[in-house]
Amino acid sequence: MLEIQGVTRVFPARRGMFGQGAEVRALTDVTLSIREGESFGLVGESGSGKTTLTRQILRLDTPTSGIIRFEGKDMATLSPAALRALRAQIQIVFQDPYASLNPRMSVHDIVTEPMLIHRDLLGLNRRQRTDRATELLDLVGLGPQHLYRYPHEFSGGQRQRICIARALAPGPRLILLDEPTSALDVSVQAQVLNLLIDLQKRLNLTYFFISHDLGVIRYICDRVALIYRGEIVEKGDTRSVFDAPQSDYARELLAAMPEVRVPD
Amino acid sequence: MTSPLLEIRNLHLSMTSFEGSAHVLAGIDLTVNRREIWGLVGETGCGKSLTGLSVSRLVPSPPAQYLDGAICLDGTDVLALSDREMQALRGKRIGMIFQDPTTNLNPAFRIGTQLIDVALAAAVRDPAVLDLGPKAGRGERHRAARALAIRMLEEVGIPNAAARVDDYPHQFSGGMRQRVLIAMALIGRPNLLIADEPTTALDVSVQAQILKLLKQMVVDHDMGVVLITHNLGVVAQTCSHVAVMYAGTIVESGPVRAVLDRPTHPYTKALLDAIPARNVQRGALRGLPGSVPNLITPPPGCRFAQRCPLAQPSCTQKPPHKVAVEAGHMVACPVATQALENANA
Repeated sequence: MLEIQGVTRVFPARRGMFGQGAEVRALTDVTLSIREGESFGLVGESGSGKTTLTRQILRLDTPTSGIIRFEGKDMATLSPAALRALRAQIQIVFQDPYASLNPRMSVHDIVTEPMLIHRDLLGLNRRQRTDRATELLDLVGLGPQHLYRYPHEFSGGQRQRICIARALAPGPRLILLDEPTSALDVSVQAQVLNLLIDLQKRLNLTYFFISHDLGVIRYICDRVALIYRGEIVEKGDTRSVFDAPQSDYARELLAAMPEVRVPD
Repeated sequence: MTSPLLEIRNLHLSMTSFEGSAHVLAGIDLTVNRREIWGLVGETGCGKSLTGLSVSRLVPSPPAQYLDGAICLDGTDVLALSDREMQALRGKRIGMIFQDPTTNLNPAFRIGTQLIDVALAAAVRDPAVLDLGPKAGRGERHRAARALAIRMLEEVGIPNAAARVDDYPHQFSGGMRQRVLIAMALIGRPNLLIADEPTTALDVSVQAQILKLLKQMVVDHDMGVVLITHNLGVVAQTCSHVAVMYAGTIVESGPVRAVLDRPTHPYTKALLDAIPARNVQRGALRGLPGSVPNLITPPPGCRFAQRCPLAQPSCTQKPPHKVAVEAGHMVACPVATQALENANA
């Protein structure tokens, strides 16, 4: 479904007040393919290039070299109109539900905004958009009574549900989840993860799941890739990567993971 | 018998807000001895940070008001001390480490300068910190403080400490800065260290190093530690004891193995069930339905009763008593402890 081939992103050196800076190689020759209907996990530490990679997939940034194909189409060659149509298919949920919702927009406005942007694609009138927003809220476990409330009236878990409803609004097939639960408490995290699993089954979604929480990745992902300093150091089935890591980095990372089991 | 290092007895704290006064800590009991690392776990807003801050009396009052209870450090009640006496304890007897290593160092001063300041301040109270006599001159004290700063940086594992002591905070990585803060907290030789989410902002591999360092420091310095965290994995790997908090109360506490291997309180169980541990099948994770009660109008009786799968009508009558289910393992749930007794009988 999504193919990332040899993607490299180099941020060029900047000439600043204190002379020439060094260029930054944020991604080096990243090759991944994501299959329809699966959950693909990307794990890495801060600064390893996870977010840079999502920016390339969303086409918010262009790779220095390499190709990203969505359903066989090279995203770099698309016309602006075709790219906009494609963006309805790829949506994102961000890490911090406190920062990613506009405090001055009601839930209704937040959830219907993507439908408004993609109105030529979806062809919904005002009434239909509101109906669909209600449906979406129901899907993520919120009620019609929440439609005209504002973000500050919701808890962290509820806000993340609103973000998920917004991502679902244009009817996407691939959802990028950038640390969707790291701002939440464990009991709320469990609810959101279960919601994501449930939605995936119902709507046949494909997830690209980014996290530094190995426990979450192990729980939700079919396949996983480890990124270190912009390079993919290991990829494979979640079970095999977690049970028998091949690279030194993977072993180190897994050893550092704090399991809830008292060591002997 | 000597008194414990830290003893919190029946601590009640209320906070005044526009909507009324919230009873945010309702009867906290906690005893920490030397060489013990107590994990204080719970979800956002359960009062774990407030408990930690109360020990060094850093909760501003007003709005906070201590209604009842005592916090005894080596037998002295810190709540009864004057501000001046309290100031002497902070840094010297009580060290603190906070969550975000980037905002807790002054970017405009060298690491060394900041460490030396703390060392000199601690030495005013106790000249033994610098290993100098009371008559030592200014220059002499400063040189000794600098030597101590370098020694502490070495101790927390900063390579090439003698050169890096003159670096600025921005020249250190997040993990290194947290090490500097640990060095700073320990430079006055505190007996008690309060670490409030010390590794939450760090990557797992760095987190593992910092926690290992913390464990080593407890043995080397003969300290007691209160480690505040929401990560039960961190507790399992680091702590000797754990107290689980919910809505301003400690619901279960005891040796870490007893509590995590044989959780008894329904909230502890729910918390453990919500963690994606090894071998949990997809979709099998259980979240906790409902939300934390409003502490301005807390429910009568057990504060967890509304969300509790075991709740009985009697649970909402009066606050539950703590009962020991095994040595040191206290549980504040009569229903669960009764069930355990029946099972054992």
